[in-house]
Amino acid sequence: MKRRDVLKILLSAPAATMVWTDAEAMQAVSAAQTARAAAEPFVPKFFTATELRLVRVLADIVIPKDERSGSATDAGVPEFMDFMMIEQPARQVAMRGGLAWLDRECQLRFDKMFLDCSGAQRTAVLDDIAWPAKAQPEFAHGVAFFNSFRDLTAAGFWTTRMGIDDLQYLGNRSVARWNGCPDAALKKLGVSYD
Amino acid sequence: MQIIRSRTIHDVVIVGSGAGGGMAAKVLTEAGANVLMLEAGVMFDTRRDSKMMAWPYQSPRRGLAIPERQFGEFDAGWGGWTLDGEPYTTAPGERFDWFRTRMLGGRTNHWGRISLRFGPDDFRRKSLDGLGDDWPITYDDLKPYYDSIDRYIGLFGSNEGLPNDPDGIFQPPPRPRCYELLIKQASERLRIRCIPIRLSILTQPLNGRPACHYCGQCGRACAAHANFSSPSVLIPPALATKRLTIVTNAMAREVTVGNDGLANGVTYVDKNTGRDNHVQARIVVLAASACETARLLLNSKSSKFPLGLGNSSGVVGKYLTDTTGTGVRGFIPKMMGGVPHNEDGASGSHLFMPWWGDNQKLDFPRGYHIEIGGGRRMPGFGTLGGVHLYNGMGVEGRPINGGGYGKQLKDDYRRFYGSTVGFAGRGEMIPNENSYCEIDPAVVDRWGIPVLRFHWKWTDHELKQVKHMQETFRAIIHEMGGTPLTPMPSADQGYGIEPGGRIIHEVGCVRMGNDPKTSVLNSNCQAHDCRNLFVTDGGPFVTNPDKNVTWSILALAMRTSEYIANQRKANAI
Repeated sequence: MKRRDVLKILLSAPAATMVWTDAEAMQAVSAAQTARAAAEPFVPKFFTATELRLVRVLADIVIPKDERSGSATDAGVPEFMDFMMIEQPARQVAMRGGLAWLDRECQLRFDKMFLDCSGAQRTAVLDDIAWPAKAQPEFAHGVAFFNSFRDLTAAGFWTTRMGIDDLQYLGNRSVARWNGCPDAALKKLGVSYD
Repeated sequence: MQIIRSRTIHDVVIVGSGAGGGMAAKVLTEAGANVLMLEAGVMFDTRRDSKMMAWPYQSPRRGLAIPERQFGEFDAGWGGWTLDGEPYTTAPGERFDWFRTRMLGGRTNHWGRISLRFGPDDFRRKSLDGLGDDWPITYDDLKPYYDSIDRYIGLFGSNEGLPNDPDGIFQPPPRPRCYELLIKQASERLRIRCIPIRLSILTQPLNGRPACHYCGQCGRACAAHANFSSPSVLIPPALATKRLTIVTNAMAREVTVGNDGLANGVTYVDKNTGRDNHVQARIVVLAASACETARLLLNSKSSKFPLGLGNSSGVVGKYLTDTTGTGVRGFIPKMMGGVPHNEDGASGSHLFMPWWGDNQKLDFPRGYHIEIGGGRRMPGFGTLGGVHLYNGMGVEGRPINGGGYGKQLKDDYRRFYGSTVGFAGRGEMIPNENSYCEIDPAVVDRWGIPVLRFHWKWTDHELKQVKHMQETFRAIIHEMGGTPLTPMPSADQGYGIEPGGRIIHEVGCVRMGNDPKTSVLNSNCQAHDCRNLFVTDGGPFVTNPDKNVTWSILALAMRTSEYIANQRKANAI
């Protein structure tokens, strides 16, 4: 096969990928996009309306907007989480129960739900569960929930175009010649091709 | 309902279309035989069906596994350790996970392309350490076939002159990625040799196929045919002879036998209609995978072969082995905040560590090799997961406390991206009498075909080897200034050994040998009991060295197929 023909195949690949993606899966993506574009409220399949509000706030606390990229909700993370709960029902109880744990902890401390707490109050609770290595044993359930919620937020955020650009992942492309890593990368690690 | 009987008599019917079936089809059609190939799965065209270059956000699952594609939804393989309607069972309290891929080309569509020849010692282990058995053939018997597939299929690597990791006919290996050089540095400080890996991915054009374009996604099927899979390299030349007919969705039920005691065809279920079909052939070649081939033979019972076809020895299903495996990931602070660049490269690692140990000084026999990974890979589900496990000392001398949230966490994710490495050991299991498969007396699949029941036990040989893997990987991670992301598994946890079948290198079950009382096939992979019945998958393997099995399946299948072609020419079968 000639190089030209190979490139033709490679260029046609994105279109070809439409064939294999589940109709259902594509629908979910476009529904989320359309909903955001039209500012119509997203209708979750798993979360209750109250849970979704909490998920939105919590996801943006985990990954906020900054100078380099948008927030978790900007990247559609709550919609992604809702999809994953339906896709993997085994996650459902831990997610629902974890959100409930958080509200219960806030009630105990401040007589308020998480969403009604002040920034300082929210931080006080999260600081007790966000660093497993220094967390007290009595917060083990909160730690387990937050680890899982943080991981799911990361999965939803860093796999979007926004997240991939932010990480400066430069691959998934056809490379004419593999020359190894650039000098700057080698130098940083103190290695060389000599 | 009547069985649909075809009157055509084919020269050869081949069951299976993977490495062994594809090779048999190529060699036999090119030698003039009319071949019918039965494949239990769907048709697959790498050009049309590849998911190469898909981005994670093109699916709401972001590439996560689905039941039909257990290596991820973008992976080429249709299949997994469970198949709807096709159960298997395991003995109480034991575990063996059986991976089956139901598509043209089978597991060659999504394997790791690690292509290692067995070495001279691997064929005579019993003579060397008294364990297991010797093969009825030697390295010299197989070497010309390894050379042929090196030339025809192609692979990259480096000639190192190692005594039991033979050199080959290699294309130039790609340069290592920068973090791989870091691993090599640490590994060699610990006196562990680290060399270019050998992958059947082209770095130069070969036989009409282009060189790799370095997207790093071989597992998704290469639309350019730059790597090896049966549908892209073996099936096309067989089809070009116009002597190959492929029937997909054809689940073999039984090999039929005539009054003369010879195989005369195969009965299969047409999965589209649910009806049984019978095809006739002068020669039957089984390449359905080690366990599926054993199942087919055990289910082919007749008055002449009451224990199953080819099973007068009772050995069919016995001496089942998988590769031992375990892995560890390490967080390497020195790799934090890496310089952005594309390090996809060829799929998989560019370096590896062949077995370096001296068993005289160790408490286990045989050995393993180390596969490596890491770096700035394409984000997918799970990327930057487990960030709370990242602990240690940062390069700035500031301790890293994994976890958190907010701007601090977001910046940590950016710094941590690409800062882990992974090590996976792949070692040799000694065949043992407690690891085998047989027909379950009560359970059938959705077509009424009796299913396999597995028995599986590791011995101290494997457990001590895997303990050594874990200790070695942790030593390399520490040598790199890093921290393992998980604690050392205990003896109760089998030192982290993967369950049997998880490495998907299962071979044996219809082993070859010179003695018909202790083996199923002779040294030409021809059934002792039935001279027109052959096996070209991993079933004939007497042992399972720490070298991934596909390259040896291909070489042995080529040797067997040439033997069949010569026997046909001589009118001996």
